[in-house]
Amino acid sequence: MRAFLLRRALLGLLVLWLVTLGTFLLFYVAPSDPARTLAGRQATPEQVELIRHNLGLDRPILTQYLDYLGKLVHGDLGQSYFSGESVGKLLAADFPPTFSLVLGGAVLWFSLGVGAGVLSATRVRSLVDRGLTLLALAGVSMPTFVVGLLLLYFLFFQLTMAGVPVLPPDSYVPFSENPAEWARHLILPWVTLATVQAASYARLTRGSMLDVLGEDYIRTARAKGVPERSVIYRHGLRAALTPVVTQLGVDVGTLIGGVVVTESVFGLGGVGQAVVQAFISGDLPVIMGVVTLATTAVVVANLLVDVAYGLLDPRIRLS
Amino acid sequence: MSLLEVTDLHVSFPTSDGVVQAVRGLSFRVERGRTLAIVGESGSGKTVSTQAILGLTPGADISGTALFDGVNLLDLDGERLRRIRGAEISVVFQDPLTSLHPLYTVGRQIEELIRVHLPDTSRAEARRRTVELLGLVGIPRPERRVDDYPHQFSGGMRQRAMIAMSLALNPKLIVADEPTTALDATVQAQILELIARVQAEFGIALVLITHDLGVVAGMADEVLVMYAGLAVERADRRTLYYRPHHPYTKGLLESIPGSSGDRGGRLRPIPGSPPSLIAIPSGCAFHPRCPYAMPVCPAERPPLAAVTGGANHASACWLPHDAVGLGAEAEALRLKAKES
Repeated sequence: MRAFLLRRALLGLLVLWLVTLGTFLLFYVAPSDPARTLAGRQATPEQVELIRHNLGLDRPILTQYLDYLGKLVHGDLGQSYFSGESVGKLLAADFPPTFSLVLGGAVLWFSLGVGAGVLSATRVRSLVDRGLTLLALAGVSMPTFVVGLLLLYFLFFQLTMAGVPVLPPDSYVPFSENPAEWARHLILPWVTLATVQAASYARLTRGSMLDVLGEDYIRTARAKGVPERSVIYRHGLRAALTPVVTQLGVDVGTLIGGVVVTESVFGLGGVGQAVVQAFISGDLPVIMGVVTLATTAVVVANLLVDVAYGLLDPRIRLS
Repeated sequence: MSLLEVTDLHVSFPTSDGVVQAVRGLSFRVERGRTLAIVGESGSGKTVSTQAILGLTPGADISGTALFDGVNLLDLDGERLRRIRGAEISVVFQDPLTSLHPLYTVGRQIEELIRVHLPDTSRAEARRRTVELLGLVGIPRPERRVDDYPHQFSGGMRQRAMIAMSLALNPKLIVADEPTTALDATVQAQILELIARVQAEFGIALVLITHDLGVVAGMADEVLVMYAGLAVERADRRTLYYRPHHPYTKGLLESIPGSSGDRGGRLRPIPGSPPSLIAIPSGCAFHPRCPYAMPVCPAERPPLAAVTGGANHASACWLPHDAVGLGAEAEALRLKAKES
């Protein structure tokens, strides 16, 4: 197991390196010139050239990339071209809202999705199953911003207008500052994120559960006289959860890289919003910082999935 | 009183293609401590009939009676039937590779059975009993293997574990559903021997479901041959082997390698294939494949009636009741009946 994890970790580093290289090259292929943007409309070519030189953009790409890598190894992500702020500091500010949003959302969508999936799978083709299927279809089809705006309209705007200001409109309150406010400000974003995700988790769980409930070992459990509840949860769900947990790891990893829409709708700030800004202005250090962070999140999430796999399935643990 | 007495059992499954009539009026008895073999091709209803009695066929329409120790199992609610399953009647399934839960240790699965039925048993006590059971079925160093997962067991060992599980609460009846079909030939004999041994040792009745008449030869007291959801012949083992009446039974015997009438000759498979259970042939369901089919066969279903092969020998066939056996004499009787 340890050797296996080490191998996966090394593989993760390789992925990280390839992704940074790819992003770097893409940036130079794309027709954007941060020096010109920074210099403004009236700047003379000499001024633009000077800025380019100051930013180090006139050096060969390879030199620039090696310079970036060298700094990265020392934990230095560079400075933003535009604000001059350290990218590390920017990310440190943007990361907590995103992390809170994704993690809280994940807990919510995982429990909702798995719960609905089990309910559906144990009552196949019943009214409950059909209802949940329809609901899931609606959830999957609905764009995130629509869900977010609907929730904002009804649960914030209408409630507040009605004199019941239970939920705040937007912005982010750090957990360390006030945990209760942190949660209160995140409820709507969590629900938004979970609505869309829970739907696909319900489908995934339903399918996986149906496969498992058709297995011979489930028949064995029933033939043993195990109560139906236990058959479904202890024998069925336990085995059905493996692919769902894998999906969870992948999704959490991916979303850390940016839940742009949900962050924007609720004005949380966050990594997604930061990277969109950076892309528009061509702020390479910020882009590279976010890409590095997002890739790391995906790699770490996958590593955690591997560990979870080992805990869930003894056949993997031992081989 | 027989231990299990099944009368006029019907089991059908409504599907979008039509109603699958899996069992169409099956009756049989199992005596205490004895072995009844139920033989038939896949789709003959042998598995469905036993699973229906135990409430393991969700979605099926079931009618008839199944008296177990005087109690009609088909009248019981789910909860009372659950308490009988695994405790008084246990099942050993065909494929031990897929019948054990891959994510729990073998020991834990046996302990679960014990503790589900006897909730007052402590974990330690259930474990002690589990180790004892694993030893009983011939698993070496059971105190260590008890913590192994199924994938760490060989196929034969897994089936031994399944048998250990089936014995855990001293059941009165074990239903062994093709218990050796998925195993290597060498292991098959060991498993059958083990089943016979524990059966004799604990006086357990056995319903042995199989398509393999070779398995029956060594184990069964009585044999029931099924075709298309019905019993077509019932006899003690000797009678069935040497004096069969039903052409289907005769066909089965002749399709065993090396034991057909003309020794050393070619195998004689039964022509055709088992009928669809949605559109079962009229009259005797076997008539389209039967070499002796007469005009009456598609018209009227023959009842399971006494024939002369042995005591308690019955067959559902329109051939003369004394046309029993595999020899020339019986063959002449059969052909004569066909011609007339």
